[in-house]
Amino acid sequence: MSEEIKPRILKINVLRFDPNDKNDFPHIETFEVEEADGMTLYIALNEIREHNDNSLMFDFVCRAGICGSCSMLVDGRPTLACRTLTSKLGESITLAPLPLFKLIKDLSIYSGEWMRGLNERLETWIHDKEEELNFDKLEERMEPELADEIYELDRCVECGCCVAGCGTIQMKPDFVGAVGLNKIARYHLDPRDKRDDEEYYELIGNEDGVFGCMTLLGCEDVCPKDLPLQSKIAYLRRMMIKTALKN
Amino acid sequence: MKKKKIDKTPARLDFIQSASGLILGLFMWGHMFFVSTILLGKDVMYNVTRFFEGYYFFGESYPIIVTIVAGIVFFIFIVHAAVAIRKFPSSYKQYKIMRNHIKSFKHDDTRLWFWQVFTGFAMFFLGSVHLYIIMTNSADIGPYASADRVVSEWMWPLYILLLLAVEFHGSIGMYRLALKWGWFEGKDAKKTRDRLRSYKYAITVFFLTLGFLTLAAYIKIGIEHKDNVGERYHEQSVTVKGVQQ
Ligand code: HEM
Repeated sequence: MSEEIKPRILKINVLRFDPNDKNDFPHIETFEVEEADGMTLYIALNEIREHNDNSLMFDFVCRAGICGSCSMLVDGRPTLACRTLTSKLGESITLAPLPLFKLIKDLSIYSGEWMRGLNERLETWIHDKEEELNFDKLEERMEPELADEIYELDRCVECGCCVAGCGTIQMKPDFVGAVGLNKIARYHLDPRDKRDDEEYYELIGNEDGVFGCMTLLGCEDVCPKDLPLQSKIAYLRRMMIKTALKN
Repeated sequence: MKKKKIDKTPARLDFIQSASGLILGLFMWGHMFFVSTILLGKDVMYNVTRFFEGYYFFGESYPIIVTIVAGIVFFIFIVHAAVAIRKFPSSYKQYKIMRNHIKSFKHDDTRLWFWQVFTGFAMFFLGSVHLYIIMTNSADIGPYASADRVVSEWMWPLYILLLLAVEFHGSIGMYRLALKWGWFEGKDAKKTRDRLRSYKYAITVFFLTLGFLTLAAYIKIGIEHKDNVGERYHEQSVTVKGVQQ
């Protein structure tokens, strides 16, 4: 008997649709790809584009789980294609674009637009007193532990997996989702941000904010960056209750 | 500096939802232990009943105490339902989106939420019937009276459904409460969650087992007592006050 194991032939089912083509409708197309060692879905998709169908659309930039572009539903679960080894999946793999975001075509979505809207809504930037801004002054020092803690939350790549994995936001699209709450937690930690608790309450102390979260924890379970979303949301909830109590 | 005026209602509603859920959840655990004393014998359950009627404090039984306690529980139950109903899907579209999400995502805690809403909905009816009957018939609690209610007054089908609904709803709710507020979180939130989830399953199994054994005990007594419906256990020795009969 030969030592070599025959590689699997993967059946990759892609949900395809071009919203700009009036004659198109959502349909599943199946492609066969010969599995290679260490193959990721990103590689498999490139194989398809190269050998089967060059009109297949999907997003990628970094190929290393840093840019967050290649997020998609893999067998119903939101994740990054570039970090998903085909060996961890069955022979038949179903790919679909993340829901909720604007569809460009096939697996390609316009998550940037949604994220920009969210960032504007939650004002995810350092709020300082504009008139007191002095570029000659040295920035205040920060404890390394605090800097680490902020950096930990800053690792969010806005891939949208937590949004796609959240039943609450699917039902109620005005909900800010874990990506939004994580950002608020990040700015709240930052001593350079001068917003007080009441101002944060204005942003997320409502049913589209932290009180809308139903603790389904899909976000926590799918986040490709393993952000501590469950703890941070619980923390914000406690903080918002305290803010309401002290007023 | 001028203080911004914030709308505190959403915070209050979330707090009320959790606090009422917690009180109801703890009450249901206590309740199950009291009801299940029938498994230790009719006398034990009879004495527990008398205890809650104030017999050991006043030397006489006052079922009105039970009526009042049941009334308070009913009130909390209604408040909880009123606040928690905000979380129900509010249209067929929302319902369908959630069903599809659950089906394709295959995520345990999302599924659990569905069951919590489903059992919560069922309890609008099941819980109300039970609470109203106990409030208005508080003198008729005891080894024979309760068993008659289960068998001869046809409460057993309702109790089977109510038991399932309460146990699933309550233990999922307690689990979610801990995660939602970050209780017991410790250093490793993921590990804690795994542990909490196994406690949750254990609690569900424990209370369902205890609940069904208890129900079976009442059904057995009820069937044996079928021909003497209305007769009370040790009735002669108890003076009932505070209730018109
Ligand atoms: C008509 C009766 C009831 C209805 C309609 C109802 C409904 C609900 C709903 C929809 C939730 C989920 C809330 C969320 O996702 O944030 C919930 C949570 C909860 N329920 Fe109930 N429920 C009822 C009765 C009960 C009873 C009898 C108990 C006690 C066993 C209970 C204990 C809880 C607990 C502990 C929670 C978690 C609270 C939270 O997440 O803040 N519920 N209920």
